[in-house]
Amino acid sequence: MIVWLPLVAAFLNPLISRASSKARDVFNLAIFGFITFLVGLLARDVHAQGIRVYTFGAKLPELTVPEGYMVPVRIIFEVDSMSIFMGIVITTVTLASLIYSLQFMKGRTGLARFYSLTMLLYAGMMGLALTGDMFNLFVFLEIASIAGAGLAAYRTNMADAVEGGFKYIVISAVSALLVLFTVGILYAQYNALSIAALAHYIQGSRLDMLALGLLAGAFVIKLAGVPVHMWAPDTYTVAPAGATPMILAASYTSMYALYRVTFTLYGAHINTTAIGWIVIIVGVLSMFVGVMMAVHQTDIKRMMAYHAISQGGYMLLGVGVGLAVLTDPVALASYGRDAMNGGIFHIINHVFYKALLFMTAEAIFFRIGTRDTNKMGGLARNMKWTAVFYVIGALAISGIPPFNGFASKLLIYQTVLRFNPVLSVIAMFVSLVTLASFTKVFYATFTGPQMPAYKEVKEVPRSMIIGMSILAALIIFFGLFPGLIVNSIVAPATNALINQASYINAVMGGVP
Amino acid sequence: MSVINYGYAVWAPLIWVVTLVIIGILALAWRNRGQKNYKKGTTQADVFLSGVKVPPEEQRHVKSENIYWGFFEALKGLYNVMIRPHTGIVNDYLLWFVAVLAITVLIVVLAV
Repeated sequence: MIVWLPLVAAFLNPLISRASSKARDVFNLAIFGFITFLVGLLARDVHAQGIRVYTFGAKLPELTVPEGYMVPVRIIFEVDSMSIFMGIVITTVTLASLIYSLQFMKGRTGLARFYSLTMLLYAGMMGLALTGDMFNLFVFLEIASIAGAGLAAYRTNMADAVEGGFKYIVISAVSALLVLFTVGILYAQYNALSIAALAHYIQGSRLDMLALGLLAGAFVIKLAGVPVHMWAPDTYTVAPAGATPMILAASYTSMYALYRVTFTLYGAHINTTAIGWIVIIVGVLSMFVGVMMAVHQTDIKRMMAYHAISQGGYMLLGVGVGLAVLTDPVALASYGRDAMNGGIFHIINHVFYKALLFMTAEAIFFRIGTRDTNKMGGLARNMKWTAVFYVIGALAISGIPPFNGFASKLLIYQTVLRFNPVLSVIAMFVSLVTLASFTKVFYATFTGPQMPAYKEVKEVPRSMIIGMSILAALIIFFGLFPGLIVNSIVAPATNALINQASYINAVMGGVP
Repeated sequence: MSVINYGYAVWAPLIWVVTLVIIGILALAWRNRGQKNYKKGTTQADVFLSGVKVPPEEQRHVKSENIYWGFFEALKGLYNVMIRPHTGIVNDYLLWFVAVLAITVLIVVLAV
């Protein structure tokens, strides 16, 4: 239901919009509230009972491998703690974006299509996170890509929006085709599409390694890792406020897919130290290039987009260290597991504060009609709430205690220090430049004398403030109670990635 | 619930917040012991710019592009290299992708 309900809602939106826009808003909020409830139930279920599987078309959902068969033949959804972790991230961001968009998008044309695409993007991301099937992973990646491109190009009155959407679809299409090609390579060898079945039979041949290289490339470009990140600022900058956090979350579902492939699909069949170092190098490059480009920007959303690339580097660094020491039980127990906890914890933290920051940037654009920080000044006088939310987001992204960014960054600094001190120093330097960058924009935008042109500027409408306050509250809560979050959703997600056998057994249980 | 403890390091945000509040109260108390003869709206509060005539308020704001000017000037060489690939042309982005993909596949297939 978590996947088909938003799909149905996407197709109902144009019909309900014909009745009234208020009915459409109520419908979307009601449907999404119900989906959030279902995701909560599923999370509780996975937490209590471990991996849950659902086999489409089988007599019983648990009947993954039909009698007399050696591989699953039906489509399977396989939900472990890592999948549901991504589900929580995606659902929370979509809920906040949906509430924010109610007022932000008011008065615009084509809103039925906007909400249809929002629901489609959510369905695509959730499907990708929950599926246990490689071909379905490709299908959901495509759904998310097409919906994401439509949302990025939604403001067709802005020429750069169409360009941003076009770049997103080109990059996504190339990436998805590579995924499809590798699915073909794996299917031709093992006659299976289920991730668990493939992981069970995979040999680690040269052809398998070719597939891994292609999959890694496809997912790295989608998650905007340096040096294939250039599309991200062009796309994130132009997407409407409600859509940007969702497109960002879509990038992290590709990061999830990369982790799923390296840890679960290939696991013991690869040289994890070498692959871990590749992930670390991409992470460090993303951190450094992203932040240095960000501090140079004068477009507020473009600056934040470069920071998204930079923060993605922290996630890759943390999980990369875990991957590099995966076959060394002492190092894994000593710091590898905690490094992965830091990297995975940073995904949820970053999505929350970056979504909030994107929303504050669009709140400014909503009121003064420009993203150019050279033209701004003194806005905190008229937009007090927006200024407060910006400060919360800026402190969180810069890793200032007690906000959530500090908790995950501290885990990364401490563990990476034990792996390689140079990497930890780079990570701390990047945080310092991040703080400098956000201080610059805060000074230029919110402080200083009141600009005559902005004397009449008002605070943004209530639904936009509610959307931002949900995220701000989560940032503070996650910052004050990191132990609760790490123990309840982050550490189980790390364990799910490390424990490849459980994922395989949940589907292949009785198969030798 | 609040504390992260992973053997060799501990982070307790609530203790940090309480400490910060205590330091804040002490700083405020110290500030209140300061000069009492400051008056808002008098010449005491006027901007002094080494004797130069002070421009009107809206012209005194330092623009975003001028902040950290020295930093960017010192790192001009690095920025020239970093900005060059960001052409805005999707064909160039795909060329980068093809190069990165080729290197990744070679490393994974041959070296791993």
